[in-house]
Amino acid sequence: MSRDSTFVRSWIEAFFDRVEENQKYLTKLDSAIGDGDHGQNMVRGLRAAVQSLNDSDTRETLRNVAMSIISKTGGASGPLYGTLFMEAGKTAPDGPIALSDWAAMMRAGLDGVQRRGKAETGEKTMVDALTPAVEALESAVEQDASWSDALSDAAAAAKDGMESTTPMIATKGRASYLGDRSAGHQDPGATSSFYLFAAAVDANETSAE
Amino acid sequence: MKKLINDPDHVVRESLEGFAAAHPDLVSVHFNPTFVVRSDGVPDGRVGILSGGGSGHEPMHNGFVGRGMLDAACPGEVFTSPTPDQMLAATEAVSAGAGVLHLVKNYTGDVMNFEMAEEMGADEGIEVRSVVIDDDVAVEDSTYTAGRRGVGGTVLIEKMCGAAADDGRSLEEITDLARRCNSEVRSMGMALTSCTVPSAGEPTFQLADDEMEIGIGIHGEPGRDRMSLESADAVVERLMGPILSDLPFHSGDDVLLFVNGMGATPMMELYLCYRKAAAMAEDHGLNVVRNLVGPYITSLEMAGLSITMMRMTDDLVALWDAPVQTPGLRWGQ
Repeated sequence: MSRDSTFVRSWIEAFFDRVEENQKYLTKLDSAIGDGDHGQNMVRGLRAAVQSLNDSDTRETLRNVAMSIISKTGGASGPLYGTLFMEAGKTAPDGPIALSDWAAMMRAGLDGVQRRGKAETGEKTMVDALTPAVEALESAVEQDASWSDALSDAAAAAKDGMESTTPMIATKGRASYLGDRSAGHQDPGATSSFYLFAAAVDANETSAE
Repeated sequence: MKKLINDPDHVVRESLEGFAAAHPDLVSVHFNPTFVVRSDGVPDGRVGILSGGGSGHEPMHNGFVGRGMLDAACPGEVFTSPTPDQMLAATEAVSAGAGVLHLVKNYTGDVMNFEMAEEMGADEGIEVRSVVIDDDVAVEDSTYTAGRRGVGGTVLIEKMCGAAADDGRSLEEITDLARRCNSEVRSMGMALTSCTVPSAGEPTFQLADDEMEIGIGIHGEPGRDRMSLESADAVVERLMGPILSDLPFHSGDDVLLFVNGMGATPMMELYLCYRKAAAMAEDHGLNVVRNLVGPYITSLEMAGLSITMMRMTDDLVALWDAPVQTPGLRWGQ
């Protein structure tokens, strides 16, 4: 079973829906340790990304999404999510997407985020949610799992990763300026990254119906 | 939230429209993408100086565009970094054949977006250099952090670089100057109240009437410590201590002392605090040869202040004294 660019477009739409639904929550998380604009920025960028969706192929779709996010989001989220979609798009196959392709696309996206943000796991950033999710996808590919199981595993891993940021002391990004005071708050970037993987589950359910 | 606004989503655009209407002799404002540029253009063969950052810090940066300071500025959404397409368009607008210098405050979003813009500018064949400003001693500098924030020192560095560009210096010379100024400047700030970001609609943090935040940045983010409110003199001592010990400033050094209001603190209180800061500098054997007092890098309606001190040499004094005609800073002819 493979997926196509329709799945990718549903994924972006589902990501926007999740973020928009949780805009206030993301902003609240960001107010505690950052400057309180994560929800607003992500909604602005993803709204433009959703508007960029048309019938183009996966590579073109993800490129459009990346450029919309880069030019509309601002802050750190713009370059980070923009790079994620840009790199995922460059790695996407021309035709149908196999689960192994999807894992490779997400790995390339994560690598791009890490290159742009110079962050490792354990630093209280989106990387803490993205990394376990990508690893879960890769292990699902090795075990020849179904799309549905692989995407659920990845979302569950992203959720655990997101929750693991709560006790961490931030050493990257704006939360790092708080030092020890950043502990005890869940990272907003890791939270939106969990939505990214939860959105893939949503999109898969839609396309299976 | 009690603000003179129409719609939180239109604050930045409507403010820029008013800014353009108020200062047509000095600046032009472009939209889609948004940037502010000096209305008389950059002379051929002169280096262009560009900065940018979130809105909500007025007069920085838009208010420093004009003659003798910035050639262009890119305003982002409130407290949000501008985007690379804005920076690229502004870079193209001020590129006059001698390269463009980007002055970047050390905030993760600003640094990443400027990095992307620099890459895009290079693709267009424009020589772009960037200097990251990180003068805030409130943030402990270590290899484990994103480093110190860029705050009040930014105003001084923008002035110095603008004067150096007018002086006809090369991109390399001005880049070196910006780095040297950054290494000679230190700042620290505090807040009595939080600000309210229009899109959030409520204060970013809550402070009791008898509390203050020490070591704040300029985005309404909480500071390093929360403590009981003290007298103005005690607050100034708390800010000046880390500044004086960080560089360190030596007896006999010439300095520029800058007391900055965060948006809601009246000049009366800023001068009261300047009095104490200047006395402390003199007690330390420093010669305050130049000063600046007022709200220049603000955080919406946050009450509080920051103190910035830069070690000066004769050439820096000359650059500081050079004429500047911008909406936010004007002297000379």
